[in-house]
Amino acid sequence: MFCEKAIELIRELHRMSDGQLPAFNEDGLRQVLQEMEALYEQNQSDVNEAKSEGRAELIPSIKLRHCCLLRNQRCVTAYLYDRLLRIRALRWEYGSVLPANVRFHMCAEELQWFSQYKKSLASFMRSLGGDEGLDITQDMKPPKSLYIEVRCLKDHGEFEIDDGTVILLKKNSQHFLPRWKCELLIRQGVLEHVVS
Amino acid sequence: MSDALSDDGSDFNQDDTQEDVMTPAELIAKLEEAWLNEKFSPELLENKSEVVECVMEQLTHMESNLQRVKKGDAKASIHRMEIDRIRYVLSSYLRSRLQKIEKYFPHVLEREKSRGEGEPSLLSPEEFAFAKEYYANTESYLKAVALKRMPSNLQTVDMIKAVPEPCLDSFVFLRVKERQENILVEPETEDQRLLITVDPGDIPEIKTAQRSHQEACPSSSPFIQNKD
Repeated sequence: MFCEKAIELIRELHRMSDGQLPAFNEDGLRQVLQEMEALYEQNQSDVNEAKSEGRAELIPSIKLRHCCLLRNQRCVTAYLYDRLLRIRALRWEYGSVLPANVRFHMCAEELQWFSQYKKSLASFMRSLGGDEGLDITQDMKPPKSLYIEVRCLKDHGEFEIDDGTVILLKKNSQHFLPRWKCELLIRQGVLEHVVS
Repeated sequence: MSDALSDDGSDFNQDDTQEDVMTPAELIAKLEEAWLNEKFSPELLENKSEVVECVMEQLTHMESNLQRVKKGDAKASIHRMEIDRIRYVLSSYLRSRLQKIEKYFPHVLEREKSRGEGEPSLLSPEEFAFAKEYYANTESYLKAVALKRMPSNLQTVDMIKAVPEPCLDSFVFLRVKERQENILVEPETEDQRLLITVDPGDIPEIKTAQRSHQEACPSSSPFIQNKD
């Protein structure tokens, strides 16, 4: 059956719920592209035959192949676009540096797209307001209190807070820190918000 | 929210009044209205870059005022909280606009292109630059990975058709700010024409497309607001 490979690509993304990024399926993509090439070549020769020898009975199969070509194109772009959306969400979740295991799942062009997206977003945020701009990837939730209790999940080293105090973020240590300073670290999994 | 802004014992109130007569309280109310409208509307609304700019200025000013406050002053932490809350509203507002721009980028750009001479732009210059870059980036990505390896007649994708449009037929709740008579509610069928009159405090439920139409009438521009 035509288009099955393309559907398989979509299914693969669909199975990965909650925005996880599966490894880029280079092989699957190549197979779809090969199928498209074969369909296109067959169509070319059939079109020539239909024209030169006036064989109208070839037209339905030409149409069928063309529909399959369009469907394949659509599925492939949907696959790629959906991956972009997932990668975009990662920028908002992890900040501008992606963890190595996520990068491992992306193809070279995706990495390029990501770094361009990062740049666009950064220049947008810089252009807001005064000279420093505004980081809109912060303040994701409405603030409830100024300071929160956090626990370190891994060794992070020294960390400076606004008034100049330097604290050492050691694994399993607990701190009482300004919320706006640790939001990103919480999302990165360095700190954990302790709700008592 | 507004009190903490104005009673900081500072001079920024006077700075503001020289340019336009808007107190910080009114400014924040404007920001909140823009924020709620943007959050609950399915399509991108027009940009409010003056409000954003003023709020940014205000925030910087409050921050610098805070630097002067003695350590351990109870007032400082209240102001700090206030800054955080305003910054959250502002970020959330800009975020929801950016999300819509990313989601509907071909349509947003198309609308910008077909905009008439004197018509105000929906996008701020920064947002426009971002949308253009996003479009170019995504297009060249698709081309590089797959499209250029496809048969020659299939190497382009019509982005306008491929990316879904905002659903203008979705319903929104509104709060009426000013009395308005004889509003035409779009009929389900031809012979069913319904005219309604709205009073302040009413909360009708109207399709977004119609609300935009009413907002476009000059006589009734500020009278309706999305309900929170």
